[in-house]
Parts: sequence; structure tokens; C-alpha cells
Amino acid sequence: MEQYIASGILELYVYGALSEKENAEVYKMLQQYPEIEKEVEEIEKGLMQLSTAVSPYNPEALYNQVKDKLNLTNGDVKVIPIDKKRSNWLGYIGWAASIALLITIGAQFNTIQKLQKQVVDVETENMLLDGKINVAEEDLTKTKTLLNVIRSKDIIRIPLQAQKISPNSYASIYWDKNNQTTYIDVAGLPTPPPGKVYQVWSLKLNPLTPTSLGILDTFNENDIKVFALSNINESEAFGITLEPEGGSESPTLEQLYTLGMVTS
Amino acid sequence: MQPTELIIQLQQRNENAFQRIYEMYAENTFGVIYNIIRDETLAEEILQDVFVKIWNNANSYSEKKGRFFTWILNIARNAAIDKTRSKSFKNSKQNQNADYFVDILEEKSSFSHKIDAIGIQKYIDILEPLCKKVIDLLFFKGYTQKEASEALKIPLGTIKTRNRICINKLRETLAV
Repeated sequence: MEQYIASGILELYVYGALSEKENAEVYKMLQQYPEIEKEVEEIEKGLMQLSTAVSPYNPEALYNQVKDKLNLTNGDVKVIPIDKKRSNWLGYIGWAASIALLITIGAQFNTIQKLQKQVVDVETENMLLDGKINVAEEDLTKTKTLLNVIRSKDIIRIPLQAQKISPNSYASIYWDKNNQTTYIDVAGLPTPPPGKVYQVWSLKLNPLTPTSLGILDTFNENDIKVFALSNINESEAFGITLEPEGGSESPTLEQLYTLGMVTS
Repeated sequence: MQPTELIIQLQQRNENAFQRIYEMYAENTFGVIYNIIRDETLAEEILQDVFVKIWNNANSYSEKKGRFFTWILNIARNAAIDKTRSKSFKNSKQNQNADYFVDILEEKSSFSHKIDAIGIQKYIDILEPLCKKVIDLLFFKGYTQKEASEALKIPLGTIKTRNRICINKLRETLAV
């Protein structure tokens, strides 16, 4: 939020210097966050004073001229002089009727154009919303599936701890022995550098025998960062290493990111 | 403040609301127009046209599109810039476009009672030259970020934050 305000986008919003899309985004933020609205109000106050200061004088008196131009009466009744001459009244009425008709047609045309534009706007908005709903539904299904996995009583959870190469990394394995599946949660791993992938290993300890469970080559595309890999091994530990694209035959131990023992 | 109630009444063609809006916005709008035109008589004409447009097009304003302040600002800037492109204007005024709003303030001896005159004068004294230009182009003249970056020869990516620094100083001196 602070960063958003500090970016300077709100000043440009009040200037009217943003694109339509950016404008719509700011409007959304404004409605959600009172502190953003307050910021905008304050920017506006400052600009109001600055532009008022530039004015040569207060043009109060000009209001009457604006009113005259618009034929605003503000309650006064305008006196219309009655012309007593009976001259060619049929002609006048004819003209008046045609003009009235033209004005009506013009007004209708305008209204239709406005309505058409509104329809298009609403349709576009609907399409955007539909797209958003689809994405949200997909995400929800994925999340529900994962939740069921984690809740299942047959699951063993193995936390994988950080290693020297990346002391802040961590991961978790959820191992469903009955279905021979492991779910690997790698939200705690850094994004792999280009040309590298994470590879998951099942380990037997005596003697140390690693077996590859697979590579996480869709790390960047997978938003929730949980992967399912099948595991038929009697694993005693799990590890994750960083390997060249395509994976390796055996783990590069200098690139071991996380490691954890199976305790039960 | 966004005068929401007044705007609705204006859109319902309420003349009293229109007059109140004129009282609120005419002076600062006059300032924006004058800064572009630099001619009081012409600026008066344009100001009248701007408020005629505000009355006639009130229904085209929607809060979704932006602030009411911004809407009026846009109408005013466009009307004034249109005028500067007209032949008669070009013939009568030459080489005035290099002026920034600050010189108006520096020459002025008295200010509207609506504003904090001491604060404004203090601001002008401390304002960096670059800020004067950035605010003049983006706010008073309605340049886009890209146009301003080209005119001032500073990187596009720095315009937004630079401008915020300039406006922050304004708000500090005016305490708003």
C-alpha cells in the first residue's frame, strides 16, 4: 500500500495523465482503501490551491455571462412579448414543426448511440469477469484436492530442512504410501536460475542409494508450487537438488537444497 | 473534496448546484486556462465556454472515469490548447510557450483569499527548477508521461516519482 502511494501514480491520476486501464485500476483501489482515497483528496487540495494561485483574479462576476449563454433563468419567468400581427402564421407553424421534428430525431439518434456504446462496454466487462471466474474456479478445485490430500490420515509429512547452499530454503513432502504418491510443496524454494531445474530424490540410507522421483520442470508455471510425483520406493529420506535442465542420473550433492528423514 | 451531492444535482440540471460548482471551480480553472493562454480577455472567453460545456455535458461525467476536479481540468486544458492552435491566436501571440506557471506567481502581489498565500510563496521559493517544469507540463498543460520525458530529456521511468517528490513539497508547505 505504501509502495503504491509512493509510486506517484495517484498524482498522475488527479492530473488525468493515466491510460484508461490504469485509471480503472486506481479507481478500484480508491474504493477499497480509504487511505488511498485520503491521499488523492490531499493531492487534489494541493493542486486546487496551486492552480487557484495562478488565476489572475476570481472570475465570480463572469457567472452571469455563462448563465446568459445557457439561457438559465434560475426561477425568473421570462416575458415573451406577444406579437399581435397575424402574419403568415401557417408558415411559422410549419417551420416550427419541422425544426421540432429535426431536434427530436437528432436527440433520438444521440440516445441510440449512447445506448449502443453502453451495451458494448457492459459486454466487454462481462467477458473479462467470465474469464476471471473460470480462473478462480480452476484454482479452487486444485486447492480443494490438495487440502483433501493433506487431511487424509494415511499421509506422512516429512519436512525438508535447509542446507548450506541456501540457508533459507525449505520444503515439505506429503507421502501417501497406500497410493504410492508423494506431494512435494516447494513454495519455500527460490526460483531456479535459467537452464536449471529442481530434481526430487528418494534416498535409502544404508548404503546411501538415491533414486530420482522426477524433475519439477514446471516450477514457474505452477502457482501453488505443489507437485505430485509417484513413489514406489521404501524411502528413508527425501532430498531436492538443483540440476541442469532435463535432470541428472545421480544427485549433484553440492547443489543439495533441502533434505529430510522419514521418521515413522 | 468530491462534491458528490452537487454533481448529482448538476446532472439533474439544477441551476443552484451549477452555480455552487462554478463558485468552487471557476477560479482554479481560470488559473489553468490563463497559464496556457496568457491573455486575460481570451481566458475569460474560454472559461465561459468551459462552464457552458460543463452544464451541457454534465451527464457524461462518471466517478468511474476519474475525479470531478480532473474532468473539469481536462475540459479546460483542451479548450485552452485548442485556442492556441487557432490561426488568430498564433498571429497575435508568438513565442510565449516557453513560460512556466511559476513566473505568474512570482509577478503576483496579491492572492485569492481561498488559498494559503504565504505557503504558496514559500513553495515557489524552495521549488527546484525541474519541479517547476514537471508540474507545469504534466498538471497545467496535460502532457503524458512520455511527452514530458521527451520535452525535459529525463528518463520516462523517473517522471512519476520525480513528480511525486515535487507535489509532496507542495503538500508539506501547505500542510494538506
